[in-house]
Amino acid sequence: MSTQAKTRSTLPASALPDADGHFGPYGGRFVAETLMGALEALRTTYEALRTDAEFLAEYDRDLAHYVGRPSPLYFARRWSEAVGGARIFLKREDLNHTGAHKINNTVGQALLARHMGKMRVIAETGAGQHGVATATVAARFGMRCVVYMGAEDIRRQAINVYRMRLLGAEVVEVNSGSRTLKDAMNEAMRDWVTHVDDTFYIIGTVAGPHPYPAMVRDFQAVIGREARAQILEQAGRLPDALVACVGGGSNAIGLFAPFLEDRDVALYGVEAAGEGLDTGRHAAPLNRGRVGVLHGNRTYLMEDADGEILPTHSISAGLDYPGVGPEHAWLKDSGRARYVAVTDEEALGAFHDLTCTEGILPALESSHALAYAARLAVELGRDAVLIVNLSGRGDKDIHTVAAHEGIRV
Amino acid sequence: MSRIAEVFARLRRDGRCALIPYFTAGDPDPETTVPVMHAAVAAGADLIELGVPFSDPMADGPVIQAACERALAHHTTLARVLEMVAQFRETDPATPVVLMGYLNPVEAMGYGRFAAAAARAGADGVLTVDMPPEESAVLEQVLAEQGLDPIFLIAPTTSPARISRICKSARGFVYYVALKGVTGAAHLDVDAVAHKLREIREITGLPVGVGFGIRDAASAARIAALADAVVVGSALVRRVGSHAGDPQGAAREVSALLADMRRAMDRVRAPAAAAKG
Repeated sequence: MSTQAKTRSTLPASALPDADGHFGPYGGRFVAETLMGALEALRTTYEALRTDAEFLAEYDRDLAHYVGRPSPLYFARRWSEAVGGARIFLKREDLNHTGAHKINNTVGQALLARHMGKMRVIAETGAGQHGVATATVAARFGMRCVVYMGAEDIRRQAINVYRMRLLGAEVVEVNSGSRTLKDAMNEAMRDWVTHVDDTFYIIGTVAGPHPYPAMVRDFQAVIGREARAQILEQAGRLPDALVACVGGGSNAIGLFAPFLEDRDVALYGVEAAGEGLDTGRHAAPLNRGRVGVLHGNRTYLMEDADGEILPTHSISAGLDYPGVGPEHAWLKDSGRARYVAVTDEEALGAFHDLTCTEGILPALESSHALAYAARLAVELGRDAVLIVNLSGRGDKDIHTVAAHEGIRV
Repeated sequence: MSRIAEVFARLRRDGRCALIPYFTAGDPDPETTVPVMHAAVAAGADLIELGVPFSDPMADGPVIQAACERALAHHTTLARVLEMVAQFRETDPATPVVLMGYLNPVEAMGYGRFAAAAARAGADGVLTVDMPPEESAVLEQVLAEQGLDPIFLIAPTTSPARISRICKSARGFVYYVALKGVTGAAHLDVDAVAHKLREIREITGLPVGVGFGIRDAASAARIAALADAVVVGSALVRRVGSHAGDPQGAAREVSALLADMRRAMDRVRAPAAAAKG
């Protein structure tokens, strides 16, 4: 059987969340009343389509012929040798159309939007990858597309802003609050409240009100289904550990979900430690946050003692978010996954190392996962097998890296 | 009977519609809030909604977003807002105060501690914009133990089944959001409001307040003909916000707008009483 046949979408009913979207004490649906009807309509539509053979076949066709799946699982031999430990395999989500894992989800949600007759889509974006992935599917389906993006991120990710505009999307600059991803999400919610009848909100991560965390996980789980089949084929066994970066957490959940029952496979989520966990300048709610409610779900948040959301920092715009998907909060508490953190400097080191040894330019988000995987590979030793989710390509980050190193491009 | 229920019972007897101003506590500075609340009551307000500032006010338009930012710049925490309520209560034992805001500051304080402190300060009701009744059983319980009314929103998109569910949890009054949008939006459709209010009234006997999109005496009067209460927020906050360091100036502007609205509302609901007054 081919890899593709083994990884066909089934979007299986998993134990969590419960009917109201709770992962243990996390998740749920905390939004203004105006959106409750739309969320319920989305949930019932999704529940019906997730087992609908025709819908799943169309989704799989799009993943194969538009996104370019399955993405390879690549044994990074030279980098593994340079690190001097376990054999490290890279799940190449950077090779997807638009250059990151985000498109797996936007293809799925765009199909849902079309099914629901909503021809206007909106999205929030941080690094711009989700915005680009949304603008891309909107162009393909002939949908109007509005992307909300913090002013600070627009400055950091100018190339992705132009890409979205080329694709016909309207990019709206958000100047409230900290002018980053969280504020873009606030503004997208405000748009949705105002245009709830004709608009579909394509959330880019496994956070937000029910059913988004479960639905986005299901669309991203193709990553882990493929990786599981591929590692069995290539290494002849399951890996010892999976490593993925965690901002909102969609690429991590996508990789982890199909391995949750494989108890011998350790799961590591890597948050952004920014300038260091003790400096306060980071984006690591699972490591240093408290439980609260933001953007429609209960989860770990970066907040002060009074419940105001704190500004975050990461060199990687895609990880610069004060919350995290509720399923990660649950996996942390249950002990099934471990959440660690990697600084800007460590991530930049891994960025250069992979680029030089493998000729693969990783996104700065994914570089956080690579940096931790290098540490873990040494700890686990040469007999171990690791899979790292290379969630996106680094072309978009070249200016950031150059600026950080004082180089004018 | 709660202070909120008493006010609505009295107004209903008199055939009048409640006027409910909203202010963001601590905006533009903490010294302005209590004088403005008193001025509002003197100008004809029946109940006050006091906004608890939050860093991420997802349901609010630009005017109240800016108010939250100004208030937070002065460290207007939830605890500080409750101190303002207590200070207001020192000289006004009668006018109900509803705390309106987002859930996270309440989560951070803890439900039990919050409810006890809010009751002690003299608050009467709590409206958490981002907490639907499906998630609020525990909070409702602790609010009830402290004699505080949970206030809920009903939206144009709320189905009759959900209206029933919401009204099972609601006490005091329910707040109908007159339009699909954020606070301060412009497109108020009075016919649509009238239609939805009939639907709500078939389901509940609770008083129904209407807010979002009411900005002047004319729009207040149109809604007063239909509803038990008119809520005005952004139009007031815009005026208050421009008076940093000038509580008297803020109070004057608030009084002028509210008195205008009061007169227009009373003309619609009780022409005879208004003529006598």
